[in-house]
Amino acid sequence: MCGIVGLLLKNRAWHEQLGELATPMLQCMSTRGADSCGLAVFHRPLPLEKRRFSLYVADRDYDWQSFHAGFSSGTGGDARLESRFNHATEVTATPEADVRGWLRRSHPDVHLLSVGRVIDIFKDEGRPEEIAERFGFRDLQGTHAVGHTRMATESAVSPAHAHPFSAGQDFCLVHNGSLSNPYSVRRRLERRGIAFETDNDTEAGCRFLEWRMREGDTLEQAIEKSFRVLDGFYTFLMATADKMVLVRDPFACKPAVVAETADYVAVSSEFRSLAHLPGIREADVYEPAPEQIYSWTLSSNLTSRN
Amino acid sequence: MDAVKQFDLAQLTVREVNQYLHHELSGSGAARVEILHPDGMHSIAAGLDADVAVDIMGHAGYFIAGMNKRASVTIHGNVGWSVAENIMSGVVRVKGHASESAAASGHGGLVVIEGNASSRCGISMKGCDIVVGGSVGHFSAFMAQAGTLLVCGDTGPNLGDSLYEAVIYVRCTMHCVGADSREEPLEAADEAEVARLLSAAGMEFSPREFKKVASARSLYHWNADVHQEY
Repeated sequence: MCGIVGLLLKNRAWHEQLGELATPMLQCMSTRGADSCGLAVFHRPLPLEKRRFSLYVADRDYDWQSFHAGFSSGTGGDARLESRFNHATEVTATPEADVRGWLRRSHPDVHLLSVGRVIDIFKDEGRPEEIAERFGFRDLQGTHAVGHTRMATESAVSPAHAHPFSAGQDFCLVHNGSLSNPYSVRRRLERRGIAFETDNDTEAGCRFLEWRMREGDTLEQAIEKSFRVLDGFYTFLMATADKMVLVRDPFACKPAVVAETADYVAVSSEFRSLAHLPGIREADVYEPAPEQIYSWTLSSNLTSRN
Repeated sequence: MDAVKQFDLAQLTVREVNQYLHHELSGSGAARVEILHPDGMHSIAAGLDADVAVDIMGHAGYFIAGMNKRASVTIHGNVGWSVAENIMSGVVRVKGHASESAAASGHGGLVVIEGNASSRCGISMKGCDIVVGGSVGHFSAFMAQAGTLLVCGDTGPNLGDSLYEAVIYVRCTMHCVGADSREEPLEAADEAEVARLLSAAGMEFSPREFKKVASARSLYHWNADVHQEY
């Protein structure tokens, strides 16, 4: 069992309250998974040439200032640091490949969680309430957020195995369920030179979808293909720079509920974690159907159910 | 004692309210219990065995009114998975929609979903009656053994898969029936049964609008000649 939550704010005036609204959703779902927790938050986009690099390290007293000094001189860019305990974000125009190379050489202990113009990922092993508090989820601002509380069933409990998983740029996925063929999917992708960081089933799903998008598919087209490739139980909640997308496996083995108002779209494993949202009593509350793609886009300020 | 007893789940835990319903209700004189702010919480009014009316005032979570005996429980909102699972008797009514496995394994009594029910509604039902005002999702009445499922809207894929002796009535479109279930002619006795259920649920449709689905009974016995290709 795991818990998944997502919140996309259609009302721009609410962007400052993203963390305030999404954090209770996530904390409420700690009853579905209390061994790890994570949140992806999507900010206002950086200038075209800049990227956010979300970083994780095990040590909660890590010296990010000296890391930053090394990062700035080592990557040759003009970087900006935001840090909180064992999480930091470096904002820089240095290309991703150069940052990855420098991290590998100079700081193999620092784990790169995500890269993009808008995405930041926070995750760790431990109680969701404590993790949300430590990383200050309530203060986060942005357009949308996707979170996960994990109760591991198929691979180890570790910070790297926590969700969200990210591949490519500005894309993440959280998963409630378990895939039954992650290794065959993984072998298929590894033959194409795609590298994996964990033995987690969700990472296989995440990298499959990202590979299809790199090959030119939209996320929706990639999901259509995944119906024929991924076997197992899943409710997947995904996000890109301007979208939140939800899909359940053909048997609908894992739960999901959606609440929509003029101001937001909220998704959770259970209605319980949506009950605090403003206007929830008047919201359109429904259960997504099996094997149907539900996609909500920010830019048009319209929601579409495919 | 007041005839109506009110509880607020914003102040009390589900366990406290259920303990009242299980132990203190009898002898209290309360004929009706109102539960406020359910806010998606689970197992509210589960395990009742009393002649009492319970009103849950809002959206509720999983296992609402599970194992119900005698009580009449009304949910004024939506419910999550497995509402009225294993119901024995009494009435459970959902004014909104129900999520998966509504009335799963129900032995007796009546379950009314005024909105839609989702996947696996009435799975393994064993004698209860279920009336759904809207539509039901896939694999509804899967392996249903006894009782009646009446659907006023549409039904999803694989309706009544591996059906035993439960009977299904459908008013609108059937997506497809599952293995070993088939449409049968609606006879006078069926019309009377549909009329009885519609009346009990307070729904106004003509019994003649309904189609009947029942077991073809071909899976009842092992057949060595089909090489396990059912």
